[in-house]
Amino acid sequence: MQWVNVILQGVLIGGLYAMFAAGLSLIFGVMRLVNIAHGDLIVLAAYVALMLTQTLGIDPLSALLLVTPIMAAVGYALQRGLLNRTLGDDLLPPLLVTFGLSIIIQNGLLELFTADSRKLQAGAIEIQTFQVAEGVWVGLLPLIQFAVAVVVIAALQVVFYRTALGRAFRATSDDQSVAQLMGLDTRHVFAMAMALSLAVIAIAGVFLAVRANFDPAIGPARLIFGFEAVIIGGLGSMWGTLAGGVILGVSQAIGAQIDPGWQLLAGHIVFLAILAVRPEGFFPKVSG
Amino acid sequence: MPEPLLDLRAIDAYYGDFQALFGVSLSVNAGEVVAVIGANGAGKSTLLKCIAGLLPTRHGDIMFGGAPVGTAPAFEMVARGVALVPEGRRLFPSLTVEENLMIGGQAGRPGPWTLDRVYDLFPVLAERRHLRAPSLSGGQQQMAAIGRALMSNPHLLLCDEISLGLAPIVVRDIYAQLPAIVADGLSLIIVEQDIAQALKASSQVNCLQEGRIALQGAARELTRERISAAYFGV
Repeated sequence: MQWVNVILQGVLIGGLYAMFAAGLSLIFGVMRLVNIAHGDLIVLAAYVALMLTQTLGIDPLSALLLVTPIMAAVGYALQRGLLNRTLGDDLLPPLLVTFGLSIIIQNGLLELFTADSRKLQAGAIEIQTFQVAEGVWVGLLPLIQFAVAVVVIAALQVVFYRTALGRAFRATSDDQSVAQLMGLDTRHVFAMAMALSLAVIAIAGVFLAVRANFDPAIGPARLIFGFEAVIIGGLGSMWGTLAGGVILGVSQAIGAQIDPGWQLLAGHIVFLAILAVRPEGFFPKVSG
Repeated sequence: MPEPLLDLRAIDAYYGDFQALFGVSLSVNAGEVVAVIGANGAGKSTLLKCIAGLLPTRHGDIMFGGAPVGTAPAFEMVARGVALVPEGRRLFPSLTVEENLMIGGQAGRPGPWTLDRVYDLFPVLAERRHLRAPSLSGGQQQMAAIGRALMSNPHLLLCDEISLGLAPIVVRDIYAQLPAIVADGLSLIIVEQDIAQALKASSQVNCLQEGRIALQGAARELTRERISAAYFGV
């Protein structure tokens, strides 16, 4: 039963990783931009939530209603004001600029909030658990987190394949200059994609901050988890990122069960093994 | 004489330092079909790119609907009523036929063109509406590309090499639909290598040669000899 619990924990944490990955995958898919600051933006969202919960006295899950639009607005402005200028035939400028952004966010947070670990307090919900079978226990919060992740991925899927905005994302991804000939302002389309990505990040950031301690330096590791989940799942598939997140989460949970020091290592090893055997991931986008 | 819909006044265009157009002047009246012919590299596609807002001109003015276009980018030109059917069709490969058409109409200009009307014009597209664009034949892709441009309800439709890479019979079928397309007073500029097809469809012919207008006139008044002299520069 102990292993069932371990795997279940891994699956549920996988939802969080899937949310890290979905935003990353969305941005790369639409504009071929590798956002190195992705992890730091997740941490930034956590700090925004921290400020809101402290100043307004609201609980973290209510703060989500504010953090999400705030981060979406930050994303829109970031893309229109900065990142659009770096896009072109060369992949390097956006990579370097987001790398710089990552350093700026980390140091800005360090300056404002110090290096102390923080945590969002969600109250009783954090420790509520229930038994699903003999000896198998599930925490309410991880379950909510996983359910939210599934809803987020499903919503992204709907936006991508069933709405005019999603059509604009896919058309722009296919051929930028022809997209302009269809009357699409690609700068706006890219900014909307970044806004959506950061809205997802906001949700991920709040759950991250409720689940465990955070400090300004933990962003890059979240970026790696996101990358790993994207690559395991296969680029361009939203449900693939969920599968990728779950595989990574389960690997880490099993690693941690064997030896606490193995948690991250196990995740990386499984990622490398999958990369070696199936470099296109489990659910690559089928084109044509 | 009413003001022309499109009026190019001595425009120059460059790719970096390379000058591709030299003082090109040309006007298109509402409802008129104008052909632009010329050899490879004469500047035909460049001319369309300038009108569509994909390539800014360096000198000269482009007047559209009586107002200067300035440096309006392509998406703004669509809003003003210019649509381009690009060379090589360039449908969005990851979108279905219907999604390709819908994205053409996404700018939301009011007008007669709807999905149903495009499907009436090209019924084969209705049958294949849920297929992805690359699974269509070349001729069907061209129909979809024309339909996609029409969906923006333009005043001026620019067609770049409709016949390129298509069987003559397919080209004839597509050209047979032109009267239905211009029936509502739409103006058309067709860039063609297939001179016979272009002459038949248009009222005004412009022949470009190395970025300059070498010959300009009413299609029925130009003789084959004058056209080939301008085309080949002999």
